[in-house]
Amino acid sequence: MSKDSQGPLWEVFVQKKAGQPFVHCGSLHAYDKEMALENARDLYTRRSEGSALWVVPAAAIVASSPEDIGPFFEPANDKVYRHPTFYQIPEGVKYI
Amino acid sequence: MSNAVDLEKNFNSKLEKNDFVEPKDWMPENYRKHLIRQISQHAHSEIIGMLPEGNWISRAPSLRAKMVLLAKVQDEGGHGLYLYTAAETLGASRDELLGALHTGKAKYSSIFNYPTLTWADIGAVGWLVDGAAIMNQVMLQRTSYGPYSRAMIRICKEESFHQRQGYEIMCHLSFGTEAQKEMAQDALNRWWFPTMMMFGPPDKDSPNSEQAMKWRIKRETNDELRQKFVDRTVEQAEFLGLTIPDKNLKWNEAKKGYDFSEPNWEEFYNVIKGNGPCNKERLEARNKAHSDGAWVREAAMAYAEKKKENILAA
Ligand SMILES: [Fe+2]
Ligand SMILES: [Fe+2]
Repeated sequence: MSKDSQGPLWEVFVQKKAGQPFVHCGSLHAYDKEMALENARDLYTRRSEGSALWVVPAAAIVASSPEDIGPFFEPANDKVYRHPTFYQIPEGVKYI
Repeated sequence: MSNAVDLEKNFNSKLEKNDFVEPKDWMPENYRKHLIRQISQHAHSEIIGMLPEGNWISRAPSLRAKMVLLAKVQDEGGHGLYLYTAAETLGASRDELLGALHTGKAKYSSIFNYPTLTWADIGAVGWLVDGAAIMNQVMLQRTSYGPYSRAMIRICKEESFHQRQGYEIMCHLSFGTEAQKEMAQDALNRWWFPTMMMFGPPDKDSPNSEQAMKWRIKRETNDELRQKFVDRTVEQAEFLGLTIPDKNLKWNEAKKGYDFSEPNWEEFYNVIKGNGPCNKERLEARNKAHSDGAWVREAAMAYAEKKKENILAA
């Protein structure tokens, strides 16, 4: 990092209200975690979009890569028996 | 592993299916370059766009007007930041993007090189300039690059207040005293054609935008957007009792839209080249803000480093 810089990149996740999942909403630059949290508040929740925030150093995120998408997710493709529609239930049976 | 032909095929089929391209996906080098240029220009425009309106924060005519304008200008700063991070997903660095703005290498929307002379200009900017920007940004919500599209969706949600607060100012003035109405008309006279330029040169003179349409970065052409803008704005001006300063403006039943005069494209290119009324002032203000803030960035960085050392020492 050069002497004058905007600091490292952080990814921001917002929870709209308790009970809901944290959703990625964008990124920002900040020098430390306190500043990252305050910047996230100012940048991504100006209209009460959230009641809780996570900020994560972008460098700490491990991501799958699109070239390997086929083989990587392949194990799920031939396991239709993981879905309820795979099973046949005799007619007339209720609540299942 | 896929070879180059497959990668390109895959990319093209994504565009055909209206799927999004994401940062780690393979993309043609020119697509990447085009996006970095377009998104960063867009970001610069948001940041520079804070200046003409910032000019009136300390002179807003009421406390309410001042709060609204502050919130609007703060939003524009936010829009700039969403867009810079979208450009960074393509491998550009923030420092490099800002450097290009500060040295005058990068462009921003020509509209922000015009001065805001009266309070009515703040009304006209919100109504017309944000109105035109929204038209462009609504279209860009469907752009093919995922992070750009997501930034646009956020921005569009925030923009509608910008246009409405501008129109509200225009209403106050247009239905106020004779002098206020004159002020509103004067602002419309000065902002109309520069706003029309915001959509860019006519399609026939805009080779970049043809490629951008093919890549689905742009979804509507400059001329289409300009037409849409005029069609929507005429009635709003009529409601205010103001006259759009174009003698050729008239309804064309055959095309179900208005005929209108082209803006002066020579002026447009001249402003882009750096010769608009405020280019110098804008760039100086931006550079001053950046260098005045240098000590804050340095201190914040030093503080962060020191805390890290303390943790290691503990
Ligand atoms: Fe904006
Ligand atoms: Fe705006």
